Amino acid sequence: MNAQTLDLRRFVGRWTLDAMSHVGRVSLLVWDAIKSLAEWRVWLPRTFTEAWNIGVGSLFIVLLISGFAGAVTALQARYQFTGTIPIYYLAGVIVESIVLELGPVLTGLVLAGRIGARYAAELGTMRVTEQIDALESLGRSPASHLILPRVLAGLIMIPVLVILADVMGIFAGWFSMTMVLPITNEDFTYGARSFWRPFDATYSVIKAFFFAASITIIACYMGFNTKQGAEGVGRATTGAVVASSVLILLLDVLLANLLLS
Amino acid sequence: MIVLRDVSKRFGSQIVLDGVNLDVQEGETLALLGPSGTGKSVLLKHIIGLIRPDRGIVVVDDEEVGKLKRKDLAALRSRIGYVFQNGALFDSMNVLENVRLGITDGEKYRDESYARQRVIECLKLVNLNPDLVMEKFPAELSGGMRKRVGIARAIAGSPKYLLYDEPTSGLDPVNADVIDSLVKRLDNELGVTSVMVTHDVRGAFRTADRLALLTGGKIVQQGTQEEFLASQNPKVQEFLERDFPDATFAA
Repeated sequence: MNAQTLDLRRFVGRWTLDAMSHVGRVSLLVWDAIKSLAEWRVWLPRTFTEAWNIGVGSLFIVLLISGFAGAVTALQARYQFTGTIPIYYLAGVIVESIVLELGPVLTGLVLAGRIGARYAAELGTMRVTEQIDALESLGRSPASHLILPRVLAGLIMIPVLVILADVMGIFAGWFSMTMVLPITNEDFTYGARSFWRPFDATYSVIKAFFFAASITIIACYMGFNTKQGAEGVGRATTGAVVASSVLILLLDVLLANLLLS
Repeated sequence: MIVLRDVSKRFGSQIVLDGVNLDVQEGETLALLGPSGTGKSVLLKHIIGLIRPDRGIVVVDDEEVGKLKRKDLAALRSRIGYVFQNGALFDSMNVLENVRLGITDGEKYRDESYARQRVIECLKLVNLNPDLVMEKFPAELSGGMRKRVGIARAIAGSPKYLLYDEPTSGLDPVNADVIDSLVKRLDNELGVTSVMVTHDVRGAFRTADRLALLTGGKIVQQGTQEEFLASQNPKVQEFLERDFPDATFAA
C-alpha cells in the first residue's frame, strides 16, 4: 500500500467523519428548536417580525426574477417549438416549467443568498461578540429566541413567496407570448389547462417547504457555530449560501424522483 | 458557594486548564488574576456552564453544573449575573430592552411597569442617567457606558453571584477606576458573591477580598492581598513586580 492510497483513505475517512459530525450537530439544533416550541411567548412575536422581514424584504427580487424567468421561457419556447407543435401547447410548457421547476428553484436559490446569508451573518456576529453566550448566561434559550423564529418564519413565508413567484412567472410568460405570437387568451388558457394537474401546485409548495427548511436550518447552524471573529463570520456566510444552494439542487432531483414518478 | 475541583479543559492540543482547584466563599469578592490567554475567561464560563470541563467538577450551591438538565441549568443561571468582556449587548435592542432581558423571573419580565422601573433602578445603580441612555442602541454608547449597561443587565435579575470578565479591559485609567469603584460599591450594596477576572493587579487589589493567580493552567497562589505580597512564589512575584516595583517580596 503506497503513501498516496493511505492519504486518500485518510482524506475520505476525515471527510466522512466531518460530514457525520455536521449531520449530528444539525439534528441536535433541530431537536433543541423542537423542544423550545413550548416557549411560544418568546418565539411567536419574533416569528412575526422575521416573517415580515423575509416576505416584504424579498418580494421585489423574487417577483423580478420569476417575471424574467417566465418571459424568457416563453421566448425560448417560441424559438424551439414554433412550427413543430400546436401553438397552444406552448402555454402548457410555460406554466408547467414555471410551477414545477423555475418558480420554486429560482426562488429557493435567490433566498438562499438573501435569507441564508443574512441569518448566518447575524447569528455568526452574535456568536463571535458573545451575544449568544450572554443570552444563555441569562438563563434564556437561544433556540427559542434565535433559531425557532427564523426557521418558522422561513417555513411560512418561503412557500408564500414561491406561490407569488409562480403567479408572476405565468403572468410574464402569458404577456410575452401574447406580445410575440398570434395566440389568444382563450388558446393560452386552453393550453395551460390541457397539461395542468392539481397536484402540480401542491408539488411546487412541497418543494418550497423543503427548500425553506434547508435554507433556514443550514444558515442558523452555520451562524450558530461560527468561530474566529470576522473571518469566521465570512466563512459561515459563504458556507451557508453554498451548502443550502447545493442542498436545494439535490432536493430538487430527489423530490422530482419521489413525487413525480 | 462556588467550588471547582480538578477542573481540566483542553482545546485541540492546547491545555487551557490543568486540574484547577478553587473555592469562592459566600459574600466574598475574589479576583482571578493571570496573564492574557491563560484561560481565566474559560474558567469563568465553566462556573455558569457555558463550557463543560473535560475532567473535574464545578459545584455552585451544592449543584454540580455539568450534570444539570436544561431547565435546572437555566434556573442556576438566573441566580448568576455575568458581565462579559465587551458588554455582549444585543445590537438589535436598545438599552431598555437589553437590561430588561436581565430580569430572569418570567412574570416580572412580562410586567411592563415593573420591568421599566427595575431597568431605571439598575441604570441608576451603575451611574447612568436612564433618561439619556434608555432609548439608545449599543452602537451609540461609549466603551465605558457599554460595560456599565452590561453590569446593569447582570444585576437586573437580583443575582446571588456576579461574574465579571475583564470589566476594565480596554478602558482608560479614569474609566477603569470608575468601574472598579462601581464593582466594589455593588458588592457592598447588593451583598453578592463575586468573581472578577482581570489582569489589572491594582484594580484587583482595590476591589477584591481575596485573589487567585492562574498561570500555566493551574491556580499557583490564592489568598489575601497581604499573602500575595508576602508570597515567595516566583510566578506571583513576577506578576506583581510591574504594578508594585517597590514591594519587598519575602524572598
